[in-house]
Amino acid sequence: MSALPVRSRYVASFVTLRRSVTNNLVTGVAIVSTALVLVPLVAILGYLLYKGASSLNLAFFTHVPVPVGDPGGGMANAIVGSAAILGLASLLGIPLGIGAGVYLAEYARGTWMGAAVRFTADVLNGVPSIVMGLAAYSLIVAKQQHFSGLAGGVALAIMMVPTVARTTEEMLATVPNPIREAALGLGIPKWRTVLSVSLRTASPGIITGCMLAFARVAGETAPLLFTAFGNQFWSFDLNQPIAALPLQIYVYALSPYDEWHRLAWAGALVLIVMIMASVTLVRIFANRGALKGGH
Amino acid sequence: MGVDIRVENLNAWYGPVHTLHDVNLHIPANHATALIGPSGCGKSTFVRCLNRMHETNPAARAEGKVLMGELDIYKDATPVEIRRRVGMVFQRPNPFPTMSIYDNVASGLKLNGFRKKRVLDEVVERSLRQAALWDEVKDDLKKKSGASISGGQQQRLCIARALAVDPEVLLMDEPASALDPVSTAKIEDLIFKLKSQYTIVIVTHNMQQAARVAENTGFFLMGKLVEFAATTKIFTNPSDKRTEDYITGRFG
Ligand SMILES: Nc1ncnc2c1ncn2[C@@H]1O[C@H](COP(=O)(O)OP(=O)(O)OP(=O)(O)O)[C@@H](O)[C@H]1O
Ligand SMILES: [Mg+2]
Repeated sequence: MSALPVRSRYVASFVTLRRSVTNNLVTGVAIVSTALVLVPLVAILGYLLYKGASSLNLAFFTHVPVPVGDPGGGMANAIVGSAAILGLASLLGIPLGIGAGVYLAEYARGTWMGAAVRFTADVLNGVPSIVMGLAAYSLIVAKQQHFSGLAGGVALAIMMVPTVARTTEEMLATVPNPIREAALGLGIPKWRTVLSVSLRTASPGIITGCMLAFARVAGETAPLLFTAFGNQFWSFDLNQPIAALPLQIYVYALSPYDEWHRLAWAGALVLIVMIMASVTLVRIFANRGALKGGH
Repeated sequence: MGVDIRVENLNAWYGPVHTLHDVNLHIPANHATALIGPSGCGKSTFVRCLNRMHETNPAARAEGKVLMGELDIYKDATPVEIRRRVGMVFQRPNPFPTMSIYDNVASGLKLNGFRKKRVLDEVVERSLRQAALWDEVKDDLKKKSGASISGGQQQRLCIARALAVDPEVLLMDEPASALDPVSTAKIEDLIFKLKSQYTIVIVTHNMQQAARVAENTGFFLMGKLVEFAATTKIFTNPSDKRTEDYITGRFG
């Protein structure tokens, strides 16, 4: 630097200054945006804790709801019911979604059929959740002549498919083609390459997509209103009406009773903690086998 | 054991672009054959036609005959069968990033359903030794990802991976272009050792390298095979004016 003539030294320092200002500015904007995103999240969580935690006790997790006026009672059946419905929805929705995503990314690239499937998935993504409930109602409930957890699971599964399919497709598109070629070049059949190389390489992103889809449907009430319907008693039969946390919260929150309002807050807290816990568990589980220097 | 390859009137296209024009050539078994020529002349395209990788590009197409021994690879076999017998090392290292070093080498066997651990261990060690990589990675075999080692080590890993399935033909597309002189020398040694058992086709921009490792050399120019002859003849007394211009550095 010191060897430079005065003029270019001035220019150089000006450029350096401008760069560092720009750099700090961009960093600052990033920090502020992060804070803006985190503030509502933390606020909601804090408010839920404040309103809900006081009503949480062991009974909440072990007892079923009791009639108005009776003390105690809990949402044990709704917690189990939600777990069952979400389990079923994931079991149906995730494989189907990943399958569709694989088809789009690895087999239907640039084809007419692929464009049609992609378009359908995007439209499906925008359909209001209550319409999904109606679809499951007419497909299953109306045929069977009764409400059921099964119908609720199917409604949520249909909602998961487009999200899972499109993230799977996008994540597979980020897998560099030379890696696929490496597998094909070893005489590994295409299906095996897709399963063990493409999907495996894209799996962190795909898991994130599945978790997003899961978290999104876990809080849905509308699709369950006339499918799973809700149940005040224990039920482990997916072929019968079954309780679910969002339904229970919905019913309690709309009621005129203070005790029920408190339980609704507690239920909302439990729901959000359950979602966070499952997402975290999946993350930990998925990272267990990670290698040094992989990604 | 290696097998010879006979190419008859091979043409290749990318979409409407005619990339290879009527290539005819005989690659002898258990020898190393070098392919040289300026960038974009079709060397990679040509070797990718020899293991039917060319057709993995949906826009690409090839016509003509490629005989591996008696086998017409485009008529009498599936691409998967051919690729098991014709290994390939690509121009840029492409290890599987989610697999360990061990699994990278074992992938050709494992992903084809082979599971015997003791045999896999042996194959992995033998292949890594052949590729002159064993000493550098033997302590991290199952801990480190295939993508976490240096570029030159990655390329040798890819060579080990190709060798692990015991192919009859080994196609190497500029295997040393990302390597330092020491690794390059190791690869050349390797080619020297391997060519008694395998048929090797090596694409290279480095003419000294071609001269060192290959008995025969083919010169490509704009999608045509201009000249194919013994390496010494190509470099000392080429029959075609264009070959001479190229090797004396007058163009390309
Ligand atoms: N995937 C592709 N799609 C379209 N055209 C391609 C593709 N790959 C190669 N080509 C074209 O085919 C011709 C031959 O390319 P090729 O990769 O075979 O050259 P090369 O001799 O290997 O060059 P280099 O020495 O730079 O690797 C080039 O004109 C190139 O532009
Ligand atoms: Mg090339």
